Amino acid sequence: MEQLICRNLTLGYENSPILTGLSFSVNCGDYLAIVGENGSGKSTLLKTILGLIKPISGEVLFADGLSRKDIGYLPQQTVVQKDFPASVTEVVLSGCASRMGLRPFYTKSEKALAAENIEKMGLKGLEKRSYKELSGGQQQRVLLARALCATQKILVLDEPVSGLDPIVTQEMYELIEGLNKSGITIIMISHDVKAATNYANKILHIGKEIFFGDKSDYLSSGAFMGKVNL
Amino acid sequence: MMEIFKTLADYFQYDFVVYAFVVGILIALCAALLGVTLVLKRFSFIGDGLSHVAFGAMAVAAITNLTNQMVIAMPVTVLSAILLLRSGQNAKIKGDAQVAMLSVGALAIGYLLMNVFPTSSNVSADVCTTLFGSYSILTLSSVDMWICVVLSIVVVAIFILFYNKIFAVTFDENFAKATGTPSEAYNLLIAIVIAVVIVLAMNLVGSLLISALIIFPALSAMRVFKNFKAVTICSAIISVVCAALGIVISILLGTPVGSTIVAVDIVAFGGFFIAGAVIKR
Repeated sequence: MEQLICRNLTLGYENSPILTGLSFSVNCGDYLAIVGENGSGKSTLLKTILGLIKPISGEVLFADGLSRKDIGYLPQQTVVQKDFPASVTEVVLSGCASRMGLRPFYTKSEKALAAENIEKMGLKGLEKRSYKELSGGQQQRVLLARALCATQKILVLDEPVSGLDPIVTQEMYELIEGLNKSGITIIMISHDVKAATNYANKILHIGKEIFFGDKSDYLSSGAFMGKVNL
Repeated sequence: MMEIFKTLADYFQYDFVVYAFVVGILIALCAALLGVTLVLKRFSFIGDGLSHVAFGAMAVAAITNLTNQMVIAMPVTVLSAILLLRSGQNAKIKGDAQVAMLSVGALAIGYLLMNVFPTSSNVSADVCTTLFGSYSILTLSSVDMWICVVLSIVVVAIFILFYNKIFAVTFDENFAKATGTPSEAYNLLIAIVIAVVIVLAMNLVGSLLISALIIFPALSAMRVFKNFKAVTICSAIISVVCAALGIVISILLGTPVGSTIVAVDIVAFGGFFIAGAVIKR
C-alpha cells in the first residue's frame, strides 16, 4: 500500500533547481534510505517531503488515508535546543501538540502515550532531567520519542546518527530497525551508505545519477559502484 | 522600620499610587511570561526594536493631542511586529539590520516630531518621560489602568491557553510545522502579544527600558531552573517581586520608577547568577 508518492519533483530554492524529474513512492512498512553526497539535495528533498518548502514543480502526495499530521520527524539538532530549558517529558509531550487543534492542554491519554514512548526509548528515570544536560545519544532518543508521539505510521529521520559515537550509533540503528519491524514506515537520510544498505529495504540515491529501487538492485547498480569507488 | 510602613500606608491611601502598583505588577507579569519565549527564540532584539517603534508612535500620538496615546501606539506597534516577523523569513535586508533600521528610524522621527510640534514648553522633559518612563506611572488615569488590566488579563489568558503550543513552536519550529502545527500563526500571535506588552510597558518603564523588563527575569530564571515550566513560573515571580519592590523603593526614595525596577531586576539577576553557579558545583 503506497503511503507517500513523489511525482516528477523539481527541487531547489527560488529559480535554481538542485534536482529535477524525481519520482518515487514509499509503501507501508518500507525502510527507505535516501543517500547521496553533500550538496546533492538530500535535505532539500526532506524539507519538501515535510512541507517546509514548496517544490519548484511536481507534487508530494499522501495516500492510504495519511495526512501531514501522521508524519513524525526527527530533525537534526538546532542551535536553539543546545541551551533550551526543557525536561525530557516536556519535549516528548510536545510531539502531541499538532493533534490538539485549539484544545489548550494535554489529555491523560496523551500523557500516557508520552510516558510509554519514553519507556520504549529506554529513557525511564530521566523524565525530569533537563534535555540539554543529556548525552548526544540520549537527546536523539528523546527526539525520537517525541516523533513517536506525533505518529505511529511514518517517521522521517534526518541523519539520525550524526555526531554519535560508534556504539551509540549502533544502538540508534537497532532502535530504528525495531520501530520499522513494529510496522512504522521509515524514511531516513544518511550519508553513511554502508549503514543505509545494511538496514533499509529501499534506496533512493540522488546526485549526478538517480537511483530508486530495492536494495539488492542498488548494490549492483552504477550509482552504488560509483559511490564505493570514490 | 515602622516609619517606612507608615510612609507606605500614607501613599497607598491615594488612588493613583494603587493604580500604579496594580498596573506595574500586571505589566511585569506579562513581560516576564513572554520574555521566556522571546529569549529562547532569539527574538530579544525584536523586542528592543519594537519599543523604539512604540516611542515614535507615542510621539505622533502626542502631537495629535489624543487623550489616549495607546490608540495610535498600539496598532502601529502591532503592525511593525507583524512586518518584522514576516520579512524576517524572506528578506532582502537581513533581519537584524532591518530591526536596527526601523528602531533608529522611529527614534529619530519621533524626536524630530516632538521638537517640530512641541506640545509643552519643556520638550526635553517630555522626551525623557517617553524614553525612561520617569514618573508617568503615577499620573495614570483610571481609564489607563482599566485598559492595562484588561489587556494584561487577555495576554496572560492567551499565554496559558496556548502554553503547550508556544513551547512546541519555540523548542522546534520545523518539527511543529512538519507535523502539522500552524507555526506561522503562532509566531504571529506571539508577535502581536509582544507588541501589546511593549506598548503597555511604556507606561511603566518607558521605551528604552522595556527590554530589561522582558529579558532580565527570563535570564535570571534560566540560571537556576532547567525545565520550561519552572523557568516560566520563576520568571513571572521574579518579575512581579522586582516590580513591586522597585515601585515601593521609588516611592520611598523618590527615584524614577522605571529605572528603579530595572535596577532591582539587575540585582536579582546577579543573585540568580551566583545561585546557579553554586548549584552547578
